[in-house]
Amino acid sequence: MEIEKSKTTSGPGINWLLKMAWRDGKASSKKLILFMASIVLGIAAVVSIQSFGETLKDNIALQSKSLMGADFKIDSNNPPNEEVLRIMDSLGGYDGREINFPSMVAFPKNETSKLVQVRGIEGGFPFYGVLETEPASAANTYEESGAALVDATVMLQLGIEPGDSIKVGEYTFPVAGSLKSIPGSNAIFSSVAPPVVIPFRFIEETELVQTGSRIDYEFYFVADPSVSMEQLDREVEPMLELQEADLDTHTSTSERMGRRYENFGRFLNLVAFIALLLGCVGIASAIHIYIKEKLRAVAVLKCLGATKRQTFLIYLLQIAGMGLLGGIAGTAIGLLLQQLFPMLLGDLLPVDVAMAFSPRVIIMGILLGIFMSVLFALYPLMNTLYVSPLQALRVQESDTPKSRKAGLLVLLGIFLFIFLFSYWLLEDIQYSLAFVAGIFVTFSILAGVAHLFMQAIRKFFPSSWGFVARQSLKNLFRPQNQTLILVLAIGVGTFLISTLYFTKDILLAQASVEAQAESPNMILLDVQSPQADAVATTIRNNDLKVIDNIPIVTMRIHSIGDRTVNEIKKDTTTFIRGWILNHEFRVTYRDSLVASENLQEGTWTEVAEESGRIPISISDNFANDAKVGVGDHITFNVQGVLTETIVGSIRTVDWSQMQMNFSIVFPKGVLEEAPQFRVLTTTVPDETVSARLQQELVRNFPNISIIDIRQVLTVVEGLLNKISWLINFMAFFSILTGIIVLLGAVRTSKYQRVRESVLLRTLGARSNQILKITALEYFYLGVLGSLSGILLSLISSELLAWLVFDTPFVPSWVPFLVLFPGITLLVLAIGMGNSMGVIKSPPLEVLRKEVR
Amino acid sequence: MAKILNVHNLEKTYTSGSQTLTVLQNISFAIEERETFAIVGPSGSGKTTLLGLCAGLDRPNAGTIELCGTQLNNLTEDERALLRNRNIGFVFQDFQLLPTLTALENVAVPLELQGAKNAAKIGMELLDKVGLANRFHHYPSQLSGGEQQRVAVARAFSNRPSILFADEPTGNLDAETGEKVEALLFELNKEAGTTLVIVTHDIELANKTQNILRLKGGKIVPNQKEASWK
Repeated sequence: MEIEKSKTTSGPGINWLLKMAWRDGKASSKKLILFMASIVLGIAAVVSIQSFGETLKDNIALQSKSLMGADFKIDSNNPPNEEVLRIMDSLGGYDGREINFPSMVAFPKNETSKLVQVRGIEGGFPFYGVLETEPASAANTYEESGAALVDATVMLQLGIEPGDSIKVGEYTFPVAGSLKSIPGSNAIFSSVAPPVVIPFRFIEETELVQTGSRIDYEFYFVADPSVSMEQLDREVEPMLELQEADLDTHTSTSERMGRRYENFGRFLNLVAFIALLLGCVGIASAIHIYIKEKLRAVAVLKCLGATKRQTFLIYLLQIAGMGLLGGIAGTAIGLLLQQLFPMLLGDLLPVDVAMAFSPRVIIMGILLGIFMSVLFALYPLMNTLYVSPLQALRVQESDTPKSRKAGLLVLLGIFLFIFLFSYWLLEDIQYSLAFVAGIFVTFSILAGVAHLFMQAIRKFFPSSWGFVARQSLKNLFRPQNQTLILVLAIGVGTFLISTLYFTKDILLAQASVEAQAESPNMILLDVQSPQADAVATTIRNNDLKVIDNIPIVTMRIHSIGDRTVNEIKKDTTTFIRGWILNHEFRVTYRDSLVASENLQEGTWTEVAEESGRIPISISDNFANDAKVGVGDHITFNVQGVLTETIVGSIRTVDWSQMQMNFSIVFPKGVLEEAPQFRVLTTTVPDETVSARLQQELVRNFPNISIIDIRQVLTVVEGLLNKISWLINFMAFFSILTGIIVLLGAVRTSKYQRVRESVLLRTLGARSNQILKITALEYFYLGVLGSLSGILLSLISSELLAWLVFDTPFVPSWVPFLVLFPGITLLVLAIGMGNSMGVIKSPPLEVLRKEVR
Repeated sequence: MAKILNVHNLEKTYTSGSQTLTVLQNISFAIEERETFAIVGPSGSGKTTLLGLCAGLDRPNAGTIELCGTQLNNLTEDERALLRNRNIGFVFQDFQLLPTLTALENVAVPLELQGAKNAAKIGMELLDKVGLANRFHHYPSQLSGGEQQRVAVARAFSNRPSILFADEPTGNLDAETGEKVEALLFELNKEAGTTLVIVTHDIELANKTQNILRLKGGKIVPNQKEASWK
């Protein structure tokens, strides 16, 4: 029989490479499951966070007008002066106005009182969005009928109904209805001081607008659609700033709001990135074993005449294809997962989030799938370039020497990817560099630990031990051992998960404030100087102690050195932070430091001398942000009087302590005669005493605001619970990916271990001997890897706490008690699971199966 | 007849740490077109190394190899790959089929590498010829050892090579199956006019070839009547 001759062309093209990649991949799909799972989980984590962030930002932007209730507003802490009025006239006059301030209100029906945000509104506000009330008609009638709208939750809590009354300052209003939502109030603040809306014209009658009261004057404008908000921001805002007023457009407000959520989003992004990185480790380890199993086939292909470029491309295309599939699957899962976030975060979000699919995020997810698969597969893939066709003739495996230059280039590419991606997520070069450096150091240390461990066992090998123990120890350092790769995989996984856990602890500890028995738990704000003695007496009459009686004088900075604030604002090159120039500082005067303060630099002055500049003390963060040091001059505008000071000392202040802390402290003998108000604090033993005292104070001193720290703590705790839920949810991804990495890494060593176990079995080893050898080896590796990972994460968390969060770090025992044994057991279980097949089947069958 | 393989003063050494191991020394011989040729010798005598060098799978430390009129020493890796694809066929002791490809796909690969459009058709004809017409779409793991080696033989002949190197082609097969594979190799050698170079332990098989090269300790054992020494 004559065989037909081949009709050849110039050689195979991309189609043949794709065909080979497809044929081979199709038959190897089971082996690529771990690889796929790594990509899918990593991408799903990043896509869900990114997509949710985008959707939230879009929703805030879309709903920006209804968030503000107007196109733009002008606000100030002072009544508008002539210049501000002139500017408002030039803008066509305001359409609505509001005065708001925090105040205690009383409900005569059940003799309770509560801190609320009083909002006196006039002129049809809100112009966008809705004033949602129950009954709905109350929104339209309250102004005309001179009634109040009270926050729905407060009404429910206190059992108030429409028709009951509410006493705001000296005036009692009927309650028109409950307030469900109003533009300009955010959920977090509302839980501390819920809003109460009253008609603007009754503000005077409450008699709450007094010196020292924290009052906000707001004027709302409806603009013609042709008016550019950016232009207004650019042109009018600087003029208003000179008058200590502000212009906020609906766009700038929504941007600011978006940014506030970005900070939180950034942390979640980092968590997602950790899941992604673990996924990358998973990819590298899955491809390492996959390619190792393919090297013989590559050698055969080379024998048959395939070039090294062709064999390399077959597997590169295959992996890119898998990356594409993984990217699509991960993106789809991520998009589905983001639907859960609004449920988890609930009313923390400023807007109702309508879920949308952002094309940018979808493209990112898919491209990321391809890119990270290829990048992290490159190093193991390079083996195909250097494998000799001679290997098809020889059974023994030899480590093919790789090009050092190419290896370094791949490594460089990986670090560049991590840096660029973390920069994209964090938007901060320093943090991103630190992140990459951290990863590099972690890998180096873990590799070092593995090497040291191997050397130590070899040097101090316990020759007197029994066969099983010796054999398992030998497995750790003899040729083709997997100690390095497993310690790296287990160590990095444990490190990332444990760091995540510690960081979460630091974040939550930083945010939560312990109610300490000794410290005050009730703060009385806005106490006028003449009222101070009477308020103190009321407290004492209730058998309570006045812990602090702090005088407060408000002032703004007029000049720093020889430059006025206005000059500094115009200087675009200044490093002085904006808040220093715009802030109305609440300043106290005293002759000694308090518990939360330490003198860092300079000399503390107890009482000022009569002449010369006044030596003040500033906090270290103020010194940083204002770029001033000891000896520098600052002039303050103390309610119209320019007061020249010199920085006498700088203090470190522990702001996390729940007490009144101050950026600026004057010595005694200067501000005593200035217009001022006081803050008094006390400790109340329980809620009954707290309620009694609050009622008495509100009755006698309606202008005083009372903050019961225990109530605030409850709100903060609720908030933290929701946030930690979300963090846990994301951490779950990392843990899941970590387990996959572990599976991949243990499978890497399976190839080697199975052959040896079968040989031992052939030589007559009993099942339990083989099991013990395997179990001990994985136990050593599990202990070494997870312990190194946890110890490293302890160091990195300590550094994070010190450098980034600036807070003391008390490590929790959980990683040691749960992660350490948990991961060790997991490694053991996965390792044993791998060897079960060897024990249950005849040696020859296993060898045949594995060799194939 | 023209020489298809010309080996002159070949030497191959391996270095392990500070030690140098000479595997082949002063090897010279030639093989003519269409000839059947056996390389025999005890384990470790350098047979497989010599085969690898002759097929361009490895480079010698000294000496020259001329295959199909081309000096292998001067070729790059990719040029050697091309030469193998155009002129050489391989049959390995442990078959070395690509485990993720079917029998037909395995046979077609050398042709596909040439860019042949009728690769599948030729593959089917060859599989039919080796008696595996009903096994086109089976994976290697679904075939017996003898069947796998027959697929390997079909693959080795698919690109109509000028020379075929067989490394212990019957070493992993039972006697009966081994004989069938041997017969197939010689039959195809005759039909296609392919030079056949067999590395084997099996003296019986070696004696079926026209010439025999005996190796011992990396050197040629001289004065063998069957061999055509240069």
